[in-house]
Amino acid sequence: MSAPLLTVRDLTVTFRIDDGRAPDVDAVRGISWELHAGEVLAVVGESGSGKSVTSLAILGLLPGTARVTGSATLGGRELVGLTHRELSDVRGKRVAMIFQDPSNSLDPVFTIGAQLDEMLRRHLPDLDRQARRARSVELLTLVELPDPEQRLRFYPHQLSGGQAQRVMIAMALACDPEVLVADEPTTALDVTVQQEVLDVLRRLRERTHTAIVLITHDMGVVADLADRVVVMRDGAVVETAPVAQLFADPHADYTRTLLAAVPRISATPRPSDADTQVRPTLNIEELVVEYRDRRGRVVRAVDGVTLRIQPGEMVALVGESGSGKSTLGRCALGLAPLTSGTVEVVGTRLGKDTPRAIRAARTRIGVVFQNPAASLNPRYTIGQSVAEPLRVHAGLRGAALDARVAELLDSVELPAAWAERYPHELSGGQRQRVSIARAISLDPELLIADEPTSALDVSVQATVLDLFRDIQRRLRFACLFISHDLAVVDELADRVAVMHHGTLVEVGERSRVLSAPEDAYTRRLLAAAPVPDPAAQRARRAERAVAS
Amino acid sequence: MTRYLGRRAVELVIVFLGVTLIVFLMVFALPGDPIAALGGDRPLPANVIAELRGRYHLDEPVLQQYLRYLGGLFTGDLGTTFQGQSVADRMSSRWPVTITLALTAWGIEVVLGVLLGLFAGLRKGRFGDRLVLAGTILATSVPVFVVAVTAQLVLGVRLGWFPVAGTADGWPSGYLLPATVVAIFGLASVTRLMRGSVIDTLNSDFVRTLRAKGLRERRVVGVHVMRNSALPVMTYLAIDLGYLLGGTVVVEGVFNLPGVGQLLFQAIRTHEGPTVVGVSTALILIFLLTNLVVDLLSSVLDPRIRHE
Repeated sequence: MSAPLLTVRDLTVTFRIDDGRAPDVDAVRGISWELHAGEVLAVVGESGSGKSVTSLAILGLLPGTARVTGSATLGGRELVGLTHRELSDVRGKRVAMIFQDPSNSLDPVFTIGAQLDEMLRRHLPDLDRQARRARSVELLTLVELPDPEQRLRFYPHQLSGGQAQRVMIAMALACDPEVLVADEPTTALDVTVQQEVLDVLRRLRERTHTAIVLITHDMGVVADLADRVVVMRDGAVVETAPVAQLFADPHADYTRTLLAAVPRISATPRPSDADTQVRPTLNIEELVVEYRDRRGRVVRAVDGVTLRIQPGEMVALVGESGSGKSTLGRCALGLAPLTSGTVEVVGTRLGKDTPRAIRAARTRIGVVFQNPAASLNPRYTIGQSVAEPLRVHAGLRGAALDARVAELLDSVELPAAWAERYPHELSGGQRQRVSIARAISLDPELLIADEPTSALDVSVQATVLDLFRDIQRRLRFACLFISHDLAVVDELADRVAVMHHGTLVEVGERSRVLSAPEDAYTRRLLAAAPVPDPAAQRARRAERAVAS
Repeated sequence: MTRYLGRRAVELVIVFLGVTLIVFLMVFALPGDPIAALGGDRPLPANVIAELRGRYHLDEPVLQQYLRYLGGLFTGDLGTTFQGQSVADRMSSRWPVTITLALTAWGIEVVLGVLLGLFAGLRKGRFGDRLVLAGTILATSVPVFVVAVTAQLVLGVRLGWFPVAGTADGWPSGYLLPATVVAIFGLASVTRLMRGSVIDTLNSDFVRTLRAKGLRERRVVGVHVMRNSALPVMTYLAIDLGYLLGGTVVVEGVFNLPGVGQLLFQAIRTHEGPTVVGVSTALILIFLLTNLVVDLLSSVLDPRIRHE
């Protein structure tokens, strides 16, 4: 094998906290890896593993509180210790980066043409105006953005997330860098869009010689794109292996745990707990929700949806962003205006019964949101957060209240003594447990969970999902589980409802929908989610190539 | 765009009618009778009072008077004072003074505020930042009147760097000191606003992208951070320009500047209703128009709020 392109040796990153008043934090502890020309190296790990910090450290993009030691050499040139001015000649020209959230990674007040142009002007000063423009069009064509000439005049907010990420990739490739660092490039995107962006990256390998460092937490993405994998945990490298070997025969315990925690679609049948003989807890019929956008045009967010959920039944609502799945969840809470159709929830007709009755009905519904950090009051202890609905609706006070809070925390497997802690003292998974405890505090008949595990790491997600299923079995509430992740849905749901452009394209028993989908969109959704198995993923890609 | 302009025009008319009506009614509610006051110590004969009331339509119901006044406005007539002078004439000589004062103050706010805010934001938590922050707190906590008199005494009388009063020296030296005094409060607000805005922008993802692109720090800060940070500050500056035009009363008094603020103050004291309404109307119009201009300007600078 030829000499590596980028070599990282004993790289350490230490953050000074609070001007040295708190102990320093070691984010990366002496890691080493190398990247060869034309290769895709995946750096995998959960949040806090130091995988992103590594790449930012190489390019000197960390804040001033970070201290970087060790070595990172690019084609024989040492990068650690260079001044910002020296590094800025390397950035974008020899090592380019793309980031997780493409929509926020572009300057909102400049056109994408201007942002491409300034990059070319910076690193390729010999090009004149015409040449830069031609190169910009060529780059947008390379990343398969339609109408590249027109798109140059677009502002970032006029692009979808997938298009914005293509622009980011185009910009990163503008000066033919030797290395492209892609930091969670598809995490903020829908699965079908993720597939398109991964395809773009894959085809780049054939057309350019750029080596890629792919930073991700998603084993499916690793299986789809990577040649070799570096597994990181707590700032250290746990294992380095070729991709096939890593999935087939992982050596480190942590790698095995990580792979085991990744949800996979098995679609095996299992008995349902639903009580089909009684009145449904949630009965939505022919529901239409329309609203006006800023230009006064009518947008139909939900278009003639009929859905029933029985007591004890868990129905998963699956769809991509903009499909109307969250609007449907809001309707069940009476938080979205109904244009036509009926919503009957825990025995109350929304829009028909009095506001008082609807408010009363809402106490029978629990809600868990996606981001536990944002849905818990930061100034309340978690005990206060869990106690609040009990104080307001159940009128509990004093010792009875404390006992019930302790019981609830216990049921989500948190120590009762933690009631005194504040949300910021908890990890993401622990916070989501608190949200669940609060949602079930009034013993709800219906629980609405909107992407409750999407913000969590896989190993944390696995335990929260287990907990969620146990609680649902025990308390036997009806549950509307909104998710974009089919593998998560497979672990939990009794029935699956697939939503696309405001309509339900398919509703059915989980194992049937996931193994033998009837609708074309459901099939596309299933095909787009990358599976954590390199061989299977290669086969799927070949299949897709034949189909298209 | 046309639709947006149309909507804004309708809003402008509604606000204008509402505010002028309120001012009109308030002037009527002022205690004292302006006609009786014309005679000074001697009471006027009843027939003279009746004649004057008729001439100024004071015998009509308030609303009718208001409508008559509005009618006059559309023909460019801002009304007539009880001394028989045209309100427009009385104001015309005073506008240049007030406008010069307000624009100079505004210029100080824009240039110094934005630069100080940028300076402090880039040095968040360091000595320079703390110094600027302490300065803004000091500036907002001292009353304008105190600042005005102290500045006049120290810089004008003792040191003789600036003229003590009046506009005899012309622009800029005759206006610099009063304008600085007027600007102090707004300057502190603009500085703090800009500082916060710069800190937010520096933390945003796209700034990281710009650095990852290899752009020089000068360009990242000078072009991208500046333009993004200035947007929220613009809105404040628009409102403040209107405030400056109407809020120069104290400073015009202290520095004896013959501006509109002084005229308004005198008119309120002497129950000179037509002048109060006329000056207020003109100020309201200026306020509404500057806001419209700035809103249009920010839609040019910020493509996300472009009004199609």
